[in-house]
Amino acid sequence: MKELICIVCPKGCHLKVDEENNYAVTGNACPRGAEYGAAELQHPVRVLTSTVKLNGAARRCPVKTNGSIPKGLLFEAMRVLDDVELTAPVTVGQVVVPDLLGTGVDVVATKSFA
Amino acid sequence: MYQLIVIGGGPAGLAAALKAKEEGLENILILERDKELGGILNQCIHNGFGLHYFKEELTGPEYAGRFIAQLEGTGIEVKADTMVLDITAREDGVKVVSAVNGAEGYMTLETATVVLAMGCRERTRGAISIPGARCAGVYTAGAAQHFLNMEGYMVGKRVVILGSGDIGLIMARRMTLEGAKVLACVELMPYSGGLNRNIVQCLNDYDIPLYLSHTVVDIRGKDRVEQVVVAKVGPDRKPVPGTEMVFDCDTLLLSVGLIPENELSRQANVVMDPRTNGAVVYENMETSLPGVFACGNVVHVHDLVDFVTAESQRAGAAAAAWVKNGPAASARTIELKNGAGVGYTVPQKLRLDAVDKAEIFFRVRQVYGNASIRVMDGEKQLAAFKREHMAPGEMERITLPRKLLEMAAGDTLTVEIAEA
Amino acid sequence: MTDVLIIGCGVIGAACAYELAHSNVSVTVLEADNDVANGTTKANSAILHAGYDPHPGTRMAALNVEGVALARDICARLDVPYDPIGSLVLAFDEKDLETLNVLYDRGIKNGVPDIELLTADEVHAMEPNLADNVCGALYAPSAAVVSPWEYCLAMAEVAVKNGVELHRNSPVTAIEQIEGGFRVHTPDAVYEARYILNAAGVNAGAVHELVAPKEYHITPNRGEYYLLDKNQGQQVSHVIFQCPNENGKGVLVSPTVHGNLIVGPNAEGVSAADDTETTSAGLEFVMNAARRSVPGINFRENIRNFAGVRANHSSDDFLIAESKFVPGFFDLAGIKSPGLSAAPAIAKEAARLLAGAGLELPPKADFADGRTRVRFNECTPEEKNALIAEDPRYGRIICRCETVTEGEIVATLSTPIPPMSVNGVKRRVGAGMGRCQGGFCGPRVQDILARELGCSPVDIPMDSNGTWVLCGETKSKAN
Repeated sequence: MKELICIVCPKGCHLKVDEENNYAVTGNACPRGAEYGAAELQHPVRVLTSTVKLNGAARRCPVKTNGSIPKGLLFEAMRVLDDVELTAPVTVGQVVVPDLLGTGVDVVATKSFA
Repeated sequence: MYQLIVIGGGPAGLAAALKAKEEGLENILILERDKELGGILNQCIHNGFGLHYFKEELTGPEYAGRFIAQLEGTGIEVKADTMVLDITAREDGVKVVSAVNGAEGYMTLETATVVLAMGCRERTRGAISIPGARCAGVYTAGAAQHFLNMEGYMVGKRVVILGSGDIGLIMARRMTLEGAKVLACVELMPYSGGLNRNIVQCLNDYDIPLYLSHTVVDIRGKDRVEQVVVAKVGPDRKPVPGTEMVFDCDTLLLSVGLIPENELSRQANVVMDPRTNGAVVYENMETSLPGVFACGNVVHVHDLVDFVTAESQRAGAAAAAWVKNGPAASARTIELKNGAGVGYTVPQKLRLDAVDKAEIFFRVRQVYGNASIRVMDGEKQLAAFKREHMAPGEMERITLPRKLLEMAAGDTLTVEIAEA
Repeated sequence: MTDVLIIGCGVIGAACAYELAHSNVSVTVLEADNDVANGTTKANSAILHAGYDPHPGTRMAALNVEGVALARDICARLDVPYDPIGSLVLAFDEKDLETLNVLYDRGIKNGVPDIELLTADEVHAMEPNLADNVCGALYAPSAAVVSPWEYCLAMAEVAVKNGVELHRNSPVTAIEQIEGGFRVHTPDAVYEARYILNAAGVNAGAVHELVAPKEYHITPNRGEYYLLDKNQGQQVSHVIFQCPNENGKGVLVSPTVHGNLIVGPNAEGVSAADDTETTSAGLEFVMNAARRSVPGINFRENIRNFAGVRANHSSDDFLIAESKFVPGFFDLAGIKSPGLSAAPAIAKEAARLLAGAGLELPPKADFADGRTRVRFNECTPEEKNALIAEDPRYGRIICRCETVTEGEIVATLSTPIPPMSVNGVKRRVGAGMGRCQGGFCGPRVQDILARELGCSPVDIPMDSNGTWVLCGETKSKAN
């Protein structure tokens, strides 16, 4: 049995998810909570945001993954970003790292620099 | 002579200027003290912005970038790296804004209307009088965020965070991802000041303990922070002797609240609300100075930028209406009072003739389960809105139609919380 | 061999350097820290006391009254923020009224100008925010408030401009007696001098014992303070004291020259000379004591707490004397309150002692007095425009709270004693002194310093060496 706080809405239900019973969720006030609880335990995913080195007037360019990646890959993904170096100009949405760690998700710039 | 000068080029100022343009103003100037537009969003590189307004999840720079891109071709003038020094209202109604920058020097600019959109600043160690050593290593979360996200420097390796406001939580995750060890997040109140999803995604994801009803009672270290002492607090929020825990760390981040940045407003004699630390505003975000409007965090601290945008668009539209139609007139003004459980309301005043539907924003003073928001005319209940969950960290909103407001017998209505 | 070596560049060392710079003698100043004014000088009440507290006949009494008179002229010449707002000592009961009579008599004997005893009505008319039960006061119009660190810095700067050698980051580790003087060691250098002035503040005893047997004992005594936002600066318009007791002058409430309100101090013996911690008990004591005088102070408007350490010693007087055992070694020690007030008079006294010991002090014909700096927020629009036309960096506001420009910050780097830290900039131009306490401008000041000094922001400390702000670049691998 795992306890989670539901983040689907501001109410923050305290969910209990039973891993041994087909990820049955209790403590949820709505069906969306059950869905979240089950998914969160089986394959939790997150969007990663960080910055990469930029050669230009600013020193750093903010970036994000343009989709969710497995939570377990976050630190490895950070290490990939350490080696990225951009040179201005940069356009928002520009792909900075394609197919991050084989996830099929790209890292993209979230700000434009002239 | 400008039709509108907007002070501050963050999300509030951008939305106000763009809306005023859309409503027909031609001669608009945005004054921004930083080198670039976007305000604090530039350093808020995390996602979670725009779910209400754009129906998608954006990062701070992306959210700001969309509005900055909209400026193109509008003819809205922008002076960046420009600091406003004061605002005065002349007897003829013209406002005079004095400002300074490196390219043009000291200037005085005339305008019909002003939108105040200066945002807010962080409460500091001094504001909450944390005792202890005066060593380096104590930062407001926002200052640390600037160092990390804008400059690319780390402020420390072993971190304790005081305050569970959203910036503090976001920084707990950010510093962890950059290789620091965040030892604890410490919150004075028995509940978190931040959004639940941030508790989950920023603390729980990284096994960072959250100590509710605790505070920092001592900072130790000769040159740099070496230890932070945390103690439990009682119901009176005073430390309980004997409950001290010592954390060996080099950094203390403070996320202990935001204060609207209203030095300019005060100096211009705008009437302030001591509860919000922002201007008292009417339904259209006009302050006590005719033709001077305010919006965003300079009025009250928001938790979602989407609501800043909406509020600022109202201010921009109102400035346009002011230029086109002159001051709003109303035979009757209703003042909103705070009843039990309500910390403040924005707006504080409603001019009935100018209201179709009034959106009222406020914060509750404690966590509520099933409860209702009641609008009272003395002892008489005019309306009630049920809520399953309310917390001080989450801004509440109700909509009051003009018909309802007209039912008030006197010139005040009270907003209060009643537990079920 | 230098003629005079001064150990310590707080306000006493700086005043001595400034005094001696008027004469044709060679002077070297060694400061342990990376900046001047970084000990007791920067953390005190920032008051120039009128001089009714010290007992008549003591050296403290004479030097206090002489010092405040000298300070007025020095501050005017060296562009140091100074405001002669006068002081009031409040009485709350009959016993206090008796104490006021004693202080009045002392003041008259000490030669304090224009002091008078006020009735309750008179004092309430002068200060409407005082507690209702104030029943009288001693008014001393010659008391003033000053920027203590700028006072010290200004004297040190003019001294350096006139040939005094200042070495920072130079803690004295050993002193040898040699033929005709001394050899003084620091970690990086060795200096030789005919005479030594020991102005090492709370560390004076330790410095003394490097060369001479113990002759006195310095007892560090800590005082804690609140500094409130400028919206509280109008609570009072004079320095408001309570009647002194065995713990010192008691808790005062005063506007500062910068427009803030300062409240403090308490008095507590501490074991270490560098113990500048604040405590919740100490701060609570100060808050409650201050409310006795001015009940309406809004402590929610606090922007900073700090503590300073007084260099107390056993006697009631300053200890200004040549060592009984080591001729040529002069202590300027035990300079507790009113040390800031007396500083320039202490320096003159030190010069007299040196002359008495055989040092000739011929006037320096080309002594260049005077100093000014740009204070952008005090300039007229025309002056602002002229500054910006000359250097556009005066148009870039870095510190929003105090309206300090990049031009002012950059200018500090070409002064005789340039800053080495973020707080060094703060003491010179006020950036970071305001309500946000450098939350906004701190990173920018760090950047400007790094750029101008050609180093990385990582190398710029907050204050003394070791007070690091940044530990490297964001790189998860490296951490």
